[in-house]
Amino acid sequence: MKDPIIQLKGLTKQYGAVKAVDGLNLDINKGEIFGLLGPNGAGKTTTILMMLGLTDPTSGTAFVCGHNATSNPISVKKKVGYMPDSVGFYDNMTALENLVYIGRLNGVPENELKKRSAEVLEIVGLAADQHKKTSAFSRGMKQRLGLADVLIKNPEVIILDEPTLGIDPTGVRDFLALIKQLSRQQGLTVLLSSHHLHHVQQVCDRVGIFVKGQLLAQGDIGALSGQLFGADSHVTSIRVAQPVSQPWQQEPELQAWEAITQIRIHENELEFTSSRDVTAALVRFLVGKGYDVIGVNQKNYGLDDIYQKYFESNSTKNTSYEKSIS
Amino acid sequence: MKSQSLDPGPFGVMIHKEIADHIRSWRFSILIALIVLTFIAAMYVSLANIKSAIGNTKDPDHLFLYLKLLTTTDNSIPPFHVFLSFLAPLLGICLGFDAVNSEQNSGTLTRLMAQPIYRDNLLLAKFVSALVIVSGLFVALALLMIGGGLVLTGVRMEPQELLRILGFIVITIVYVAFWLSLSIVLSILFKQAATSALTAIGIWLFFTIFYQIVINLIVKSFLPDPAYLSQAEIISYNDLILNLQRIAPNQLYSDAVTTLLMPSVRSLGPVTMEQMAGAIPAPLPFKESVMIVWPQVSGLMASTAGCFAFAYYFFMRREIRS
Repeated sequence: MKDPIIQLKGLTKQYGAVKAVDGLNLDINKGEIFGLLGPNGAGKTTTILMMLGLTDPTSGTAFVCGHNATSNPISVKKKVGYMPDSVGFYDNMTALENLVYIGRLNGVPENELKKRSAEVLEIVGLAADQHKKTSAFSRGMKQRLGLADVLIKNPEVIILDEPTLGIDPTGVRDFLALIKQLSRQQGLTVLLSSHHLHHVQQVCDRVGIFVKGQLLAQGDIGALSGQLFGADSHVTSIRVAQPVSQPWQQEPELQAWEAITQIRIHENELEFTSSRDVTAALVRFLVGKGYDVIGVNQKNYGLDDIYQKYFESNSTKNTSYEKSIS
Repeated sequence: MKSQSLDPGPFGVMIHKEIADHIRSWRFSILIALIVLTFIAAMYVSLANIKSAIGNTKDPDHLFLYLKLLTTTDNSIPPFHVFLSFLAPLLGICLGFDAVNSEQNSGTLTRLMAQPIYRDNLLLAKFVSALVIVSGLFVALALLMIGGGLVLTGVRMEPQELLRILGFIVITIVYVAFWLSLSIVLSILFKQAATSALTAIGIWLFFTIFYQIVINLIVKSFLPDPAYLSQAEIISYNDLILNLQRIAPNQLYSDAVTTLLMPSVRSLGPVTMEQMAGAIPAPLPFKESVMIVWPQVSGLMASTAGCFAFAYYFFMRREIRS
């Protein structure tokens, strides 16, 4: 499992005085779904372009599937499927023709081409529309066709740049489910960039938070929230039938638990902040003391809070160069 | 396409697709129609006047029926090769002005560049596919002309005539290639297709209309009164003007094709009386005509290659972003 398929070492890209990507170090393992999360203009697209050799890094190296992306982009592109954020198709060709063209460019043999393209169109759910011109396609359909484009070359790694941009919520859910399913079934490594937290949260095994060209934190969502909120990462609120008197006689006993850092009481609602998950023990404790527990609510910090926390620390600096580099 | 041994590779696939795109596009159909109409009009006029042209025994070229077909006119319209000297650039420009920037604007360039193909293959495919089409067009027109002439007149064709007509076609293709590569460079430099088209048309207009005027104006401003000049000085000034005019690609083209299509043309510059003394007004052999136009042909080829090199230079290390 610990077999990094994408290795970025000190990757830096400078546009004039602005560092779009600043000394990025990142390992992505085989078979995982990695989410690159950051606001607009954080350097996500630039990083991706450097991984594909579409732009040269100012310094540092990007190794993808064991090849240096700057000096050997062709062998990287053979194994990596890339879907740009605003994927475009030849409007005068049908979906199938567009797909077959990409298949041919990737050297898919002529006699397999028909079968393969029918297969991938089936996977992305465009089989019924394959003879329509792509100019008539909706944004979501284009996105699906873009995925078909990526799949027809049988990649080891899929890089998706803002794949959920501009699709409606149902479309996003289906699309992300599709990506997850593909990754699990075919063992594909997926790198996904987005500024949409919830989307990333739904599918990604690991997340990297990328602001102003720097990777501020990485890890799975739990680890990230632990890293960020430390002792305050779990909140359990328990509702009991009868109002709790203030001061509460059980409070000192609970305060003595080493995990609990804070207790708040509001009528019949008790809120415990703790460094690890103590919900079950709390319920057992309260029931043992004769309280009638009528509701238990466990709150985990989501990416939203994580994201917010990072922005708080960064919002003091301006964000003037948003996409101005593109 | 079924056989496996004939795998065309990505480059072949791209050329295949580009040619299909050109053939299906409206603007190409319109330009082909324009050129075919010009060709028909020129042929019609020359066929009407071919009898007097062949009968004109004072003209040393009067026996080259097929060359006469291409060059004879009653002055109502210019002959085909003169037409081509300003239509061919349009053809080249229309095939190349949006080669790269339209792909970039529609977002297909990023998608294409993410495939395992070399970047230069894209440029080369754009260039070669347009040239294949243009060559096909001109070769077809020439063969139609020869075939039509054979059927209508029944006159046997001299091998020399065939060589000269093929030479004319080759030079025309090189001329189109120059404008094609120029417009591809512009399509890389400018993000908007309209800008690159206008710039290309501006360059074309400058060379066809204004360049000669500008040269004349400049030379006149420092040219002394010819009455006070010796003959040698007049010739040197004349050479200067001619050489300046030969910077314009259309001048190179018309020099080259005129020499090839009119075998009696011996020199492209002024000829003194001493040089003419003892010359028999007879057509030159094919090889001699080629020798005369060789500088022009190599000049055209060099500018084509130069433009193409620029295209490579601008495109190869550029960041591709949609």
